[in-house]
Amino acid sequence: MKYLDEFNDPIVARQLFAEIERITTRPWAIMEVCGGQTHSIIRNGIDQLLPDNVELIHGPGCPVCVTPVGMIDKALDIASQPGVIFCSFGDMLRVPGTSRDLFQVKSEGGDVRVVYSPLDAVKLAEQHPDRDVVFFAIGFETTAPANAMAVHQAHQRGLTNFSVLVSHVLVPPAIEAIASSPTSRVDGFLAAGHVCSIMGTWQYGPLVERHNVPIVVTGFEPLDVLEGIRCVVAQLERGTAELENAYSRVVTDSGNEAAQRMVEDIFEVCDRQWRGIGEIPLSGWRLSTRYADYDAETRFDVAAIDSPESSLCRSGEVLQGLIKPYECEAFGNECTPRRPLGATMVSGEGACAAYYQYRRLDVPTTPVPVTLSAVAGA
Amino acid sequence: MCLAVPGQIVDIREDRGTRMATIDFDGIRKEICLAYLPDIDVGDYAIVHVGFAISKIDEASARETLAMFKELGILDDELALESAEVESVELRS
Amino acid sequence: MPEAPDFDGWSCPLPLRGQDRVVIGHGGGGRLSAELIENIFLPAFGTSPEAELHDSAMLDVRTAERLAFSTDSYVVRPLFFPGGSIGDLAVNGTVNDIAMSGAQPLALSAGFILEEGLAMNVLGRIAEEMGAAARRAGVRVVTGDTKVVEVGLADGLYVNTAGVGVIPDGVDIRPSRARAGDAVIVSGPIGLHGIAVMSRREGLEFGTEILTDSAPLNGLVAAMLAASTDLHVLRDPTRGGVAASLCEIAATAHLGIEFEESTIPVPPEVAAACSFLGLDVLSIANEGKLIAVVPPEVVDDVMSAMHAHEFGRRACVIGRMVPEHPGVVVARTAFGSSRVVDVPLGEQLPRIC
Repeated sequence: MKYLDEFNDPIVARQLFAEIERITTRPWAIMEVCGGQTHSIIRNGIDQLLPDNVELIHGPGCPVCVTPVGMIDKALDIASQPGVIFCSFGDMLRVPGTSRDLFQVKSEGGDVRVVYSPLDAVKLAEQHPDRDVVFFAIGFETTAPANAMAVHQAHQRGLTNFSVLVSHVLVPPAIEAIASSPTSRVDGFLAAGHVCSIMGTWQYGPLVERHNVPIVVTGFEPLDVLEGIRCVVAQLERGTAELENAYSRVVTDSGNEAAQRMVEDIFEVCDRQWRGIGEIPLSGWRLSTRYADYDAETRFDVAAIDSPESSLCRSGEVLQGLIKPYECEAFGNECTPRRPLGATMVSGEGACAAYYQYRRLDVPTTPVPVTLSAVAGA
Repeated sequence: MCLAVPGQIVDIREDRGTRMATIDFDGIRKEICLAYLPDIDVGDYAIVHVGFAISKIDEASARETLAMFKELGILDDELALESAEVESVELRS
Repeated sequence: MPEAPDFDGWSCPLPLRGQDRVVIGHGGGGRLSAELIENIFLPAFGTSPEAELHDSAMLDVRTAERLAFSTDSYVVRPLFFPGGSIGDLAVNGTVNDIAMSGAQPLALSAGFILEEGLAMNVLGRIAEEMGAAARRAGVRVVTGDTKVVEVGLADGLYVNTAGVGVIPDGVDIRPSRARAGDAVIVSGPIGLHGIAVMSRREGLEFGTEILTDSAPLNGLVAAMLAASTDLHVLRDPTRGGVAASLCEIAATAHLGIEFEESTIPVPPEVAAACSFLGLDVLSIANEGKLIAVVPPEVVDDVMSAMHAHEFGRRACVIGRMVPEHPGVVVARTAFGSSRVVDVPLGEQLPRIC
């Protein structure tokens, strides 16, 4: 595929690895926030081939993983109600709530359907006027404009049988929370390229200033990830802290203004629970009151559902890079990809799932003991 | 998060006020929403996420980035050559 | 209920009481059932109308010492997809399962569960495609059964096929025969069937030229055995794809597998489909491919035989059986790193993340 294959070239990758090796003189810890970047790193073994001095910490960049247990339980409740067609992206079907997941609800007779695009859910609402169609609107800023368009279309077309269960999360507050934590080990960040293609890069300047960390907007193909890492290391080595754009073929400083306008109309900022981390203030989007009619939480009376997280789960520490997945006692025991406890095991991008799936050969057989330092909750 | 892949716009049309397009990924054709890229044209490349084109690919920028990688490769080869020469000089002396 | 596509090619040899849809009575074993058999199944499966129909087919296997016996049920949706249908899938699938033991198929059975209201010409077309697939594989459907269930069940049509085949002397093909050092071979490009079916799935539809690779592999297997009877393992990577098959072989053989990702042929359109849907091509179903594990001494001969055959032209060696990490399959990426390849958890679903 054009503009994809060229950025997978193994020969150029080798040169980028060599260049990173050449310029690295001290140990650095770099966090990629985006789950898609984590996937690319683990799947291509990028962290295996980086010099030992460059450590990658996999951040909370998977909106699927960080959807709080309570929100999943709300989804399960709605999907179980008669007459409902519950539509979702494929990723969410295996995410467990307190006791089950959407797949199980489907097997119990719930009409749960995977959609590729939120507009497919709107189509279903038009095709089935006698049914209630609910769309599970999750994601980072990248997905919000698509989800917003669904609400916009439903509103335009006067659909009274369409609603959305919204659980959007925002990247800059997450970076703020991580960078502010006294136990943070992160020296530099790879910002999420596709999030920035929507929002632009301007939100990250203040983060760079406040925390004196380099932030490099990075893409997803192996060469893009390596280039992002190279830029961060180069900055760290020369002692600068700046905002850089290493994904300029897709990201502009101002972002996608048409998308931003739609999102500003349909959504409004709110506090959000992040599974495994806790509440991060002003880190989410919910439906704006203008579109309250499309809010599935009120329509199906599930707003009160609030579920506790697993006490065994240490994903918050994994997300901050304080422990490696195999250093958690539950890893591979109570917690596996089939029965995940927390955010980082829930989907393929989660650090724990990635380790479990791809790294069985590296995982030490006796877990390394760790003394728990104070974890600053956000 | 944010699986988005590059494709080429093949045709553009309106569907009840929403700008839609057919995008081509190496022979795969998919209908996507073009509402967020009002200035894009047939033949342009865009990245697509959940059925929406979210950003036009700046082809000149892509070429620049690839050219920069190429230069890096040449630079690295030169550096490798230099250090190999230094090593062989050291061996000889 | 499936939408009946355009059936220009199908003609009904005899009138079926003017019925254009299956009714409950067609499964009752009486005159309606007999009419269905006479007018749809027998012509499609190549049985002459005068042939004696018993409760069971009788097969002469006096020369055989070992039989391969396999069954599979087919519930694919949609019923018709680019390049094929549930019909040829049902024949090729069982023919291939038998072929994976090194056997040539002797005979097949076909059991149908039909949804009341299924269009007769849909059933007719599927039966014809089964017959054609069977002829292509050199086997016949010799016995069968039909049941009809109420509207709302069976999603149009389910079919089960079972088959027997004779395993030639001197042939012993099963996963525990794999040895460290054996070569692992894939017979051709992967991912075609799964993507072809997915392209027609409601909610996901996309335009593509990709056709299913559904094909009978017994001819290819015969050609490989002619080159060497010492094939160790054969496996057709259907549901779960190449990943599932390699993991099953490694687990049963108590050996590791190491392969080079870049050696597996993937058609660009399949790669593109996997890219935009976020799927792993190694987990996508194939219906006309096989994986072979063979001792190093016979690799060249087997590969030549494969390349000379219609269904093995793009065969290639992708890796080896290794004594290390028994049961674990490791892929070496184009970048030189390694990752463990696992059995996919369940159905392949498109992702956004």
